[in-house]
Amino acid sequence: MSDHAIEHPQAPGLRRFLRRFRTNRTALVAAVVLALVTIISLSAPLLAPYSLHEIDVPNRLSGPTPEHWLGTDSLGRDTLSRLMYAGQVSLAAAGLAVAIAIVLGVPLGLLAGYRGGVLDWLLGRGADVLMTFPAVVLAMAIIAATGPGLTNAMIALGVVYSPRLFRVVRSATLSVRQETYVEASISIGTPALSIIARRILPNVLSPLLVQISLMLAAALLAEAALSLLGLGVVPPTPSWGGLLGVGFTEIRTTPLLVWLPGIAIAITTLSFNLIGDGLRDALGRETRKGD
Amino acid sequence: MTASDTDPLVRVRGLNVTFAQKRLLGPTRSVRAVHDIDFDIGRGETLGLVGESGSGKSTTGRALLRLVPVESGSVQLAGQELTKLRGGELRKLRAAMQMVFQDPYSSLDPSTTVGASITEPFRVHQGLSRNQAWPRVLELLELVGLPASHANRYPYEFSGGQRQRIAIARALALHPKLIVCDEAVSALDVSTQNQVINLLEELRAEFELSYLFIAHDLAVVRHIAHRVAVMYLGRLVEVGPAERVYERPAHPYTEALLSAIPVPNPQRAGERERIVLHGDLPDPADPPAGCPFQNRCGYAMDICRESMPPMTEVADGGTVACHLQTTGPRLAGAVLRDANLSVGSGQ
Repeated sequence: MSDHAIEHPQAPGLRRFLRRFRTNRTALVAAVVLALVTIISLSAPLLAPYSLHEIDVPNRLSGPTPEHWLGTDSLGRDTLSRLMYAGQVSLAAAGLAVAIAIVLGVPLGLLAGYRGGVLDWLLGRGADVLMTFPAVVLAMAIIAATGPGLTNAMIALGVVYSPRLFRVVRSATLSVRQETYVEASISIGTPALSIIARRILPNVLSPLLVQISLMLAAALLAEAALSLLGLGVVPPTPSWGGLLGVGFTEIRTTPLLVWLPGIAIAITTLSFNLIGDGLRDALGRETRKGD
Repeated sequence: MTASDTDPLVRVRGLNVTFAQKRLLGPTRSVRAVHDIDFDIGRGETLGLVGESGSGKSTTGRALLRLVPVESGSVQLAGQELTKLRGGELRKLRAAMQMVFQDPYSSLDPSTTVGASITEPFRVHQGLSRNQAWPRVLELLELVGLPASHANRYPYEFSGGQRQRIAIARALALHPKLIVCDEAVSALDVSTQNQVINLLEELRAEFELSYLFIAHDLAVVRHIAHRVAVMYLGRLVEVGPAERVYERPAHPYTEALLSAIPVPNPQRAGERERIVLHGDLPDPADPPAGCPFQNRCGYAMDICRESMPPMTEVADGGTVACHLQTTGPRLAGAVLRDANLSVGSGQ
C-alpha cells in the first residue's frame, strides 16, 4: 500500500464487496441482465417504438414483423412496447412490497434483537400472527375489500412479508449482539442507536440482502399471479402478469403473447435469485485464503 | 506503589453483582457472581485478579465499567461514584476507563477496517469525523508498534497479537486512567504474550495508566502485577503485594493455585509439592454456609462450615479471609506450608 493511500481513511466494505462480487460470474451476469431489464423498462417512453395504447388494427395478432418486432396483441397493440411499459409496473409493484417489508421488518428486527426482553417477545408474537396469513390470499382479500388495484395489494403483501425480514434481522442481531466488538462499543460509550447503525446493521447485512433479493423475486411472482387472475392492475394498464392473463385467450393462435411476458417474469425472477446467491457469497465473512 | 495507599484511583467497596435467571414457572434462580468485594487500585498500579473459571473475575471487571448491572456497593473512579451514573453521564465517563478483551478475534468489528474501529472513540467523545481523527489513528497504531499503513486493513488480515495491539490502541485513544485487561493475553501464544505484556508495561509507565489485569495464568500475573487479588466463588479470599502473595500465600486456595503453576524445568518439577484440589467449585447459586472453600480445603475446621471468615491483615502486607489466620491461634500468622497438617495432596 502506498503512502498516499493511508493518508485517507477508506470507505469500509464497499471495495471489498465489489471485488468479491465481481469474481462471481453467474451473479455478475444476473446483475447485468437485471440492470438491462430495469433500464429498458424505465426508459420505455424513450425507447418503445409505439405508445402504450396505439392500435394497429390491420396487423392485429401478427407474429414478429419488421414493424412490430415481437408482434401485436388482439387489438393490434405493439407487444414490445407493452412489455417495456409492463416492466415498469411489475418492478415498481415488487419494489413497493419489498420496501414496505424493509421499512417494517428491519428496524423492528434490529430493535427486538438488540433490546430483547418484553419488547422482543411482543414483536415476535406479532410477527408470528402475521406469518400465519398466506400472502397472496391476504392480498386477494384486500383487493376484494378495496376493489382491484395493485397499490393496496402490494402494501398488504409487504406487510405480510415483513415478518420474514424481521426474523432474519432479529436472529442475526441476536448473534452479533453477543460479539465482543459490540461490548467494546458499549464500553467506549457509543450510544445505542449508533451501535445498532454502525456495528449491528453492517454485520446483519449479508443475510438481509440475500432475503431481500429473494423477496423481490417472490413479490414479482405474486404480482404476476394477482394480475393474471385479473385482481392486480386494471386494464388497459399493462403488467407482465396482466399481459400473460390477456395472452391466454389467444394462446392457440399466438402463443408468443404468453411466452414473452412469461420469459420476462422468469428472467427477472431468476436474476433476483442468482444475485441473492452471489450476495450471500460476496458478503459472507471473509476468511483467509490464497488469492 | 506508595501512592495507592493515600489516593487510590479506583475504590471498590461492598460490590455485589447478582444475575437473575427468570423462569416462566417456579422461583427465580439467582446467582451472586460477585459477593461483597472491596479493593483499591492506585494510580499507575497494576492489580492482578486471579481465580479459576467461574470465580467472578470477569464479572468484577465488567461491573467496574458498568458493563453488567451492579446490584449494590460502591465503585469510585478518581473520587467519582460510578454506580449512580445514568445514561449520558455514564457514557461521558467511559472515556476514562476502557477494556481490552480476551478474544482478539471477536473484539474488532470484522465488517470494517481497523482504522475505522480506532476512530470510534474519537467520533463518540470528541465528535471528530473519520478524516479529522485519522492522523491520531495513525499515531496510535505506531504507538502500539504497528505500521500506520495498516490502518485501512481489515481485522482478518492480522494475527491475534496484532489484533490485541489494535484493541489496545482503541482503548488508549482517549487517554483513559484505568484499563481493565480481561484475560488480555490468554488467547495469545507465549512469545506474543510477552510482547503484549511488555507493550502494556511501557504504556503504563508512559501514560500513568492503572490496570486491572484479570487472568488465570499466575505466571503472567506475577510478571505484570504490583498487587494480586485472589477470587473464589465470587469472593475475594486474599489480596496483597505480588511478592508476598507468591512467596508466602496466606490462604489455602492461593497456595493450591500457586502450586499449579507449571515449573519450566522438568527435572525440578518433582521437587515441589503439588496440591490437587478435589471436588468442583460449589454451585454459585447455592453456595455453602461459612467459607466457600471449605469443601475443597485441606485445612477445613468446624468453624469453616459455620461462618464466613472476616478479612484480616496479613503480617507482610495485604489481607486474607481465612479462619486459619483468625481462630486457628497456633497457626495465626504462620506460613501455611509450615503447618503440620495433612494437605489433600495428589493421591
